[in-house]
Amino acid sequence: MSFFGKIRDALKKTKANVSTRLRQLFLKNKIGDAFYEELEEILISSDVSVKTADEVVEAVKEEAIEGKIKDEQFVTDLLKDILEDTLNEAPMPEIEYPCVMMFVGVNGVGKTTTIGKIATWFTKQKKSVTIAAADTFRAAAIDQLEIWADRAKVRIVKHEEGSDPSAVVFDAVSSAKARGTDVLLIDTAGRLHVKENLMNELKKMDRVVGREFPEAHFYKFLVLDATTGQNAYSQARVFKDAVDLDGIVLTKLDGTAKGGFVFSLCGELKIPVVFVGVGEKQDDLELFDAEQFVEGFF
Amino acid sequence: MALFESLSERLNHIFSKLTKRGKLTELEIKAAMREVRVALLEADVNLKVVKSFISDVSEKAVGSKVLESLNPAQQVIKIVNEELIALMGPSNAKLEVASKPPTVIMMCGLQGAGKTTMCAKLAVLLKKQGKRPLLVAGDIYRPAAIDQLKVVGGKAGAEVFERGTQDPVKTAKEAVEYAKKMGFDTVVIDTAGRLHIDEKLMLELENITKAVEVTEILLTVDAMTGQDAVNVAETFNAKLNITGVILTKLDGDTRGGACLSIKAVTGKPIKFIGVGEKITDLEPFYPDRMASRILGMGDVLSLIEKAQAAVTEQQVKDMERKMRENSFTLSDYLTQFETLKKMGGAGALVSMLPGMGKLKLKEGDVDEKRIERIRAIILSMTPKERDNPQIIGSSRKRRIALGSGTSVQEVNQLLKQFEQTKQLMKQMKSGKRRLPF
Repeated sequence: MSFFGKIRDALKKTKANVSTRLRQLFLKNKIGDAFYEELEEILISSDVSVKTADEVVEAVKEEAIEGKIKDEQFVTDLLKDILEDTLNEAPMPEIEYPCVMMFVGVNGVGKTTTIGKIATWFTKQKKSVTIAAADTFRAAAIDQLEIWADRAKVRIVKHEEGSDPSAVVFDAVSSAKARGTDVLLIDTAGRLHVKENLMNELKKMDRVVGREFPEAHFYKFLVLDATTGQNAYSQARVFKDAVDLDGIVLTKLDGTAKGGFVFSLCGELKIPVVFVGVGEKQDDLELFDAEQFVEGFF
Repeated sequence: MALFESLSERLNHIFSKLTKRGKLTELEIKAAMREVRVALLEADVNLKVVKSFISDVSEKAVGSKVLESLNPAQQVIKIVNEELIALMGPSNAKLEVASKPPTVIMMCGLQGAGKTTMCAKLAVLLKKQGKRPLLVAGDIYRPAAIDQLKVVGGKAGAEVFERGTQDPVKTAKEAVEYAKKMGFDTVVIDTAGRLHIDEKLMLELENITKAVEVTEILLTVDAMTGQDAVNVAETFNAKLNITGVILTKLDGDTRGGACLSIKAVTGKPIKFIGVGEKITDLEPFYPDRMASRILGMGDVLSLIEKAQAAVTEQQVKDMERKMRENSFTLSDYLTQFETLKKMGGAGALVSMLPGMGKLKLKEGDVDEKRIERIRAIILSMTPKERDNPQIIGSSRKRRIALGSGTSVQEVNQLLKQFEQTKQLMKQMKSGKRRLPF
């Protein structure tokens, strides 16, 4: 059979979720090298980083050495606990008011949509919200954000397309201060983390908020697309270096991707996941829950 | 960090323990393939694809003779690389043209893959080929998507056809009619981003292909996509029978293994790659370059190609001689930078080099303006100083700084950098440090 034919067949057979695959793993293998290799592969198939998958497998091995592993249920529970602990290594930030939240990330991850949803989320908690349209680069990004601001019935501060994003931030901060707004949400242009000049632009916006609004609690969130693979780690690391992230918004979890990369972001980089996006509607946003996420992951 | 250690380094490490030459043994292959497996997984190639690939390649590699000119690690890389290229080929596919105009191209993909931007990029490309493209706004769901297409279409100098939030199937039909009447030879339909599991929206795309005669259905995929790329590509292909793939955001540091997965499940060619935010940032797909990128070996082939275009053979010979004799001077250093500039900008170039892209860029070593300053500094030196930088004392440094409009610190920095480069060359010469390819 051709290479492509084989792949297609293989995929048909294994579109199963993690727990089904774990069950199959137990039916097929005795606990040993092949077992561990496949366990590692199950994790990697959900975009868990190779390094984290290795560590998880090592932890399971240790338990096995002590003779604790009896059945599939035990391993499943153990895996869940290990993964949940990994997520909890990065504690959720406490949100205090007045606050500024800046959303950063690469292109097309869903920053603007996320802000629309978060604005709605805060207004539901009776908080006053202002949005800063600091993505002055992408065509019609400001229009898109305005529509979201309308939907959430919140104020928006905007300049012309192509203007200096830091100037938008400056104005938005002044306006938020003057009006005593509880929450200021800053949209930023998508930028690939490898582009130094764009990262410097972001640092400048970061400085403007810090300087002009020191009394506010300032949170910086990286928006990540759940469909992303191993590159998510690189994105998180570089954005963290640039603006010291407080959390992650994981978007597009309503697809078939699991976002397994978050384990290494929480475990290694200590950046917590704060919100998850599960659709395109205004209310499709939830606070992250480690236990629930791990359940869903399996 | 181990993650970014290049595959060749790891393989060299494995093979350094084995002194025996001749044929590759099964054991050696097995050890090497474990590293290849990790490299492919870290590049986001789908696990199933990796497994099939490894077993196929192992079969081919066992017993293959190690070529005289290569060490065993290079030999394995050569085999793996060739197989990857074969899988991702054929190279550089073109856009199909309908026998009866207009040619209709429908874009599709997940949210945020970059479809709208890509429409404008295609328009620029088509115009360059002397065609008259019409862009069609078929994304009626995302707020301001139509405005965005209008803006980028305007930048590309292409007309945008829109009917507000009318059913996109109807809009597509009307657009093709309009194109026929107005003499547009190519119609590019932008569609809303959608999840492959969204039955209702997938049906909308199917209906467009039924309503108008579509020549190309291009799946736009973010190059940073992980293991799920196979599910996405497979579903889009099963429902729409796509004709090709466009990979976007390859200007990041992703290894882009999704590309191999997509090719493996759909068998459809990757036609173009998006490499930047400007509307001209669209390139044909070259499987050979993608193969080295997936293997984490940088875009070595592009580099070699560009270097060949910019450097004459005589220059290469001179440089080799100078490295051998250790008589590399500041004048040669300047020539090197000027060559870099000719090769399409140092930034672009360095990012193609394996394992050094980001680091070097971060230090600000090679931005274009700095090259200009380096040039000014070196040109402000006397020929004698250029050949013997050790004679440059503090008063000479002041003069050079003044003459080049820079500062003494910058002159110092350049001299230090030059010394380091010389050291590096020495190491390469003595074989302490292997070139990464």
